[in-house]
Amino acid sequence: MANGGSVSVDICEEDYDYQNLGESGPSRGSFQLFKEPACNGQGNPEDIQMEMFTKNSDTSDSESTSSSSSKESSNGYQVRSLQRNNWSSATRKMLSSMPSRKTGLHSSTGMAVRARQTCALPKHQTSSRDSLHIPRATQADITSPEFEEISTEDEANNLAGSGLWCAETNKEQLVSDLRGLSESEGMRKLRAMPLSLADKMEIRKHCFSPLAKNSVINRNVPCHNLPCMYLSRMWRHCRYTPRFSTSLKLWNSSMKKLSGRYGTGVLSYFTFLRTLLFINLLFFIITFLFLVLPQAIHPPPDSHRTSFSWIELLTGIGYLSQSLMFYGYYSNITIKATSITSMVPYCIPTAYVFTTTISFFTICIILVYSMSKSFGKSFQVFKSDGNLSENVFCSWDFKVTKKPSIRLQSEKISTQLKEQLSELTSGEEERTLMQRFRNFLVHVAAWFICLASIFFSALGVYLLSKKAISKMHQNLDLLFMAAVVSGFNLLLPGIFNFCAWIEKHNSPSTRVYVSIFRNLLLKISIIGVLCYHWLGKIAVEQDPQVSKCWENFVGQELYRLLLMDFIFTVLYTFLGEFVWRIFSQKILRKNRKPVFDIARNVLELVYGQTLTWLGVLFAPLLPAVQIAKLFVLFYMKKNSLLLNCQASKKPWRATRMTTVFIALLFFPSFLGAAVFVAYTVWIIKPSSECGPFRNLTNMLESVKLWADRMKDYHQILSWLIQAYNAFTDNPLFLFLPSGVFLLVIYFRIQVVDGQRRIIRRLEKQIDDEGKDKKFLITQLQYLYEENNPNSSHRHRGR
Amino acid sequence: MGTTASQLAKDSLSEYQVNDHLLLENAHRRFTELLDRDERNHPNPRVPMEVILTLPELKSNPFKTRICQVFSTSEDKDGSLTFEDFLDLLSAFSDSATLEIKSHYAFRIFDFDDDGTLDYGDLEKLVNCLTGETEDTRLTSEEMRQLISNILDESDIDKDGTVNLSEFQHVISRSPDFVSSFALFLFYPVFPAPNDAVLHCFI
Repeated sequence: MANGGSVSVDICEEDYDYQNLGESGPSRGSFQLFKEPACNGQGNPEDIQMEMFTKNSDTSDSESTSSSSSKESSNGYQVRSLQRNNWSSATRKMLSSMPSRKTGLHSSTGMAVRARQTCALPKHQTSSRDSLHIPRATQADITSPEFEEISTEDEANNLAGSGLWCAETNKEQLVSDLRGLSESEGMRKLRAMPLSLADKMEIRKHCFSPLAKNSVINRNVPCHNLPCMYLSRMWRHCRYTPRFSTSLKLWNSSMKKLSGRYGTGVLSYFTFLRTLLFINLLFFIITFLFLVLPQAIHPPPDSHRTSFSWIELLTGIGYLSQSLMFYGYYSNITIKATSITSMVPYCIPTAYVFTTTISFFTICIILVYSMSKSFGKSFQVFKSDGNLSENVFCSWDFKVTKKPSIRLQSEKISTQLKEQLSELTSGEEERTLMQRFRNFLVHVAAWFICLASIFFSALGVYLLSKKAISKMHQNLDLLFMAAVVSGFNLLLPGIFNFCAWIEKHNSPSTRVYVSIFRNLLLKISIIGVLCYHWLGKIAVEQDPQVSKCWENFVGQELYRLLLMDFIFTVLYTFLGEFVWRIFSQKILRKNRKPVFDIARNVLELVYGQTLTWLGVLFAPLLPAVQIAKLFVLFYMKKNSLLLNCQASKKPWRATRMTTVFIALLFFPSFLGAAVFVAYTVWIIKPSSECGPFRNLTNMLESVKLWADRMKDYHQILSWLIQAYNAFTDNPLFLFLPSGVFLLVIYFRIQVVDGQRRIIRRLEKQIDDEGKDKKFLITQLQYLYEENNPNSSHRHRGR
Repeated sequence: MGTTASQLAKDSLSEYQVNDHLLLENAHRRFTELLDRDERNHPNPRVPMEVILTLPELKSNPFKTRICQVFSTSEDKDGSLTFEDFLDLLSAFSDSATLEIKSHYAFRIFDFDDDGTLDYGDLEKLVNCLTGETEDTRLTSEEMRQLISNILDESDIDKDGTVNLSEFQHVISRSPDFVSSFALFLFYPVFPAPNDAVLHCFI
């Protein structure tokens, strides 16, 4: 009869606190109640009794509050009694039949599972139907009569049959509950219950008629042939899992293999890659269908092609600049040739603006939706401090099956626990003034190094871009600036890692966030400098020496940047991971493989996506390039990971980091690109010699002209245009939706606040009931021993 | 094997989250691989625990014996599994099992002495399973004591010194990663299943 654990208790303090209903709980002491031994063959028969409760209640007694004053007198005795191992059988019966000791499912089903097992756990039955739906925690108003359970002991003794009898009544209860529900509801509820297969089958037989049984198996599908069944299954699946990214099951098997070896952190990177691929695909489809295809079918009259050379694939000039790839090819014609478009002519400039705007709008909605979804998953209404228990209970990844990965996982968990423990113990350690000052200096130095390097790289990019204008027509020199930018993106994170290493942050998550922030700052500053250069200088000045068509030039720059980024990633993967591993294994003879840096790779993806979004206005086929790049990147990264890298030793909270990644994708990347595009469309004057917007003051004007023309053509269109004008001119239309949004947000905040208060109150209530329980148990034991001094002597003598 | 098993398979199809015949067949195939030749003709064969633990998905898992014991319905509590128990196991560990099912079974797996709560001994064994067997990853007894007292501080709401199922589920609900980490995949060299297969088999 094991009774592990020490007893460290301060009962006096606890009882004192019980009087005041303040926030402060009892001290850290907790004591252990003796627990029912499991399956002891030679135990007393009366220990292994079933008890029936007629009410779903705790043993707490609200009336015991009045007797709390008497606790103080029996404190001394209580301490002694708790330390004793021999509880009376009555006390043991009480303890083992408590609701908290049962792993039954009273929280949602009201039925115990262990009917089949002969383990001596008493069963618990709830009589209230509501137990199916409402968790016990909310049934806070407990008005249980005192000691009802003890009085039913005798009944229970009489009724004590086999466990099966009790289980039978439980099952009947469940069956009657389920019969009340509709069939699909009932099946879903049954499926969600943690019962064994045989139990479920039996219940199903009782609940639902045999006719229904067949249709349940075939799921109400009248046709039995295969395509019909697959279609209906697919439809049901889409209904039950409306998540956006999982509806495309590309690469599912390889991702599962990776997660088996490296865990969910690496998996989040590949999931993010797949999401980006999907977004680009959507963008590409819209642009292709409505812009590229019409223009391809009706090529502009003034196009002339130069010869093609392979280097132009990299630089984007020459043949490519006069193809569908770039802005300059598109003309401002209005297609009237085909039969459909003779009714409503298809205007290419308008299509250009509309496809870009609608694609951006759609992606905005998608990103906000997925961001809110993933944020909602990790949001907790009531944040409690400390997550040691969460780490212990939830951190083991059962998907990992290979022995070295399991060993690594154990190491990771062990390190994490030890770090957290040391934080707790030595967190309040007083560091001397000198040490703190030194830490501060190190931090300042590290930040200075990082910011200085970012500043100098931005300056370098700026000067290079100004100089590159003069070297316009030489092929490889055009690539020079793009190569320099990618070089900075590759080298500077190394410096940041070095700074992080000398800084020695306290917690690993701080380190991750700081490094993400620095990388982000670097990329934002470089792109910002380039955007300023393009929009501020080139577009405004429109120097004919630079290019006749400045949009083409900007599009080509972005295209080159994207390609160089890809080439450098390939080089880094090859050199940094593959060659380094060979080097360290053969020459250095160390068995340490490089670690896959998730944060940095994700930022690379975000950077590439930003370039795509910036460039889509000037090079409509850029998403296609990005799609091809992501495709190749997936296989390259996956194989490199499997061959060269090992899993990281640092813990990684996948859901929170996914939220951070999508937030990074939305906030600096997407919004920045959207602002850039909006500024270009609204303010900048298009070049006068090429493109669909020549001879207009800005791109948006083409829409206005088109709208004026359309008014004469069709009634519905003119009505739409009038409605749109009214909408944008009248400020009321802006205030009304904003007002509604603000109201909804306010309501939500109040609801969350209310929930927080309820949770706090309920926790206090549970705490009080726990104290009641402790008091009652010790009182019971005391009374028993008072009445039976012989048996207590006998017990003590054991 | 024969009619009984396939009929059982067809009947049990709708009880589980497994929506695909193919996957059920795979599970059945993997299960019968574990049986001896003469056992295969038995109507409801029972595989002893040592044989179950040779499955590659479970072989290195530190909780393997507890998993077998929890899902076993044998009278001697020796951890042997029938095919039904095996399906129970796969279903509880599948992708589409609800959080409640998973937390329920996780609680039972972590409850090493089967008494309905997680007390000091259970938590100690749990942490030892998590941290592995090597000397440098194990926690010292001082660290263990502190860790467990912190865990009880955080999760024991009614302050009785143990963590019961509701408190466990309360802790679990705070972690959004639990559902995806409490999952097992069955390996089998077949073609990937179509549509909405929820137990994924892969090469």
